[in-house]
Amino acid sequence: MAKLHVSTTINGEPMEFLCEPGDTMLDALRGPLALTGSKEGCASGDCGACSITLDDRLVCSCLMLAVESEGHEIRTIEGLAHGDKLHPLQQKFLEEAALQCGICTPGMLVASDALLRQNPRPSEEDVRFWLAGNLCRCTGYDKIVRAVLETAAEMREQGTRESRQ
Amino acid sequence: MRYLAPGTLDEAIKAFAAAGSAARILAGGTDLLVQMRSGAVKPGVIVNIKKIAEMTAIEETAGGGFRIGAAVSGAVLGEHPRFGKVWPGVLEAVNLIGSTQVQGRASAGGNLCNGSPAGDSVPAMVAAGAVVTLQGPNGRRELPVEKVPAGPGRTNLLPGEILVNFTLPPRPPGSSDAYLRMIPRTEMDIAVVGVGVSLTLKDGVCTAARVGLGAVAPTVLLVEAAAKALIGSKLDDAALNAAAAACSAACRPIDDKRGTIAYRTKVAGVLLKRTVAIAAKRAGGK
Repeated sequence: MAKLHVSTTINGEPMEFLCEPGDTMLDALRGPLALTGSKEGCASGDCGACSITLDDRLVCSCLMLAVESEGHEIRTIEGLAHGDKLHPLQQKFLEEAALQCGICTPGMLVASDALLRQNPRPSEEDVRFWLAGNLCRCTGYDKIVRAVLETAAEMREQGTRESRQ
Repeated sequence: MRYLAPGTLDEAIKAFAAAGSAARILAGGTDLLVQMRSGAVKPGVIVNIKKIAEMTAIEETAGGGFRIGAAVSGAVLGEHPRFGKVWPGVLEAVNLIGSTQVQGRASAGGNLCNGSPAGDSVPAMVAAGAVVTLQGPNGRRELPVEKVPAGPGRTNLLPGEILVNFTLPPRPPGSSDAYLRMIPRTEMDIAVVGVGVSLTLKDGVCTAARVGLGAVAPTVLLVEAAAKALIGSKLDDAALNAAAAACSAACRPIDDKRGTIAYRTKVAGVLLKRTVAIAAKRAGGK
């Protein structure tokens, strides 16, 4: 059967790819698009390792069809850093050792970024509820939650400093 | 497998009906993709309904009610400026479906049509008195939401019918609602019991109530006896005990790893009381 042709935007770049009707967005990212930052953990929406944003809304890429990205904006972990400059969340995850094996990390970062975009001042409870769909089998979560809260605080400070200048 | 994303409801119905039992509707997709992955479902045709404006719209009706498209995601519903103020219980139920990521896609329409007795949005929609609009090859019809589930994984939709939207009625002053569920973990599990309560208070007296009960029978239940026990009372202990007993009496649950029959039956009554207390507080009572 003929493959479907999909035109979409990924991390700000127009992209085209071919897929089968039943392929998930995660299949397309890790296959033809060669963006392997998004991980496949459970492939059933439980673990969050494949988290991306679709039109700025956090979704599991394993729970959407690749063809559904037609005409929409996708952001993945590959779009988080600015060139060689890490996103503050990435930097803080490194400093705080908020990762061990690293499989959950891309999803954690994408989800945390989505949280901070809509809530720059999250409480610890906000962070824990928001990240409830991101499973990690190594860190025990505390270091991740701390890294997100500290990044939020630093980004707020940075924002204030910049707006004063 | 073929994939279709029609722009109008008529096209969707034509394509869906033509493909027969091999066709599957894609709303949020959070159940369908899991079923496809596990091999439980092998669709010949997938009909994505999210390109149909009616399916993704949230409208306030002229009388002060709401009409919610079947494919509106929980995240989109949560961002609506008014919906959560008028129907906080329905919103909290919809926003308990899965994680933040799942909320980005999952819809109340899919939650209902998936036919799970434990679907979180369903008891709250039942309590709200929501009416669904269905459209199929033989036209459009309306059905109270509690008439949709037929059993685990089954609905009363006719062949070729698609769920279009939910209509929630206008609310008199002094009305509110709430939804509570019991799950074994703090987050991210399915309900062992789910209770939705919608009520209206006037001078401290309950003048209207509806109770929806989930995960304790093959389908979500409308518990009219519980509502009857609340209506006319000041939600005093006697009324609450009677309503709780009515909920427990309505239970026909399964025993499983999440809860025994005895546990689910008892919790149904306990949750009823807690849910009434939250709804009453929101409605302006104590």
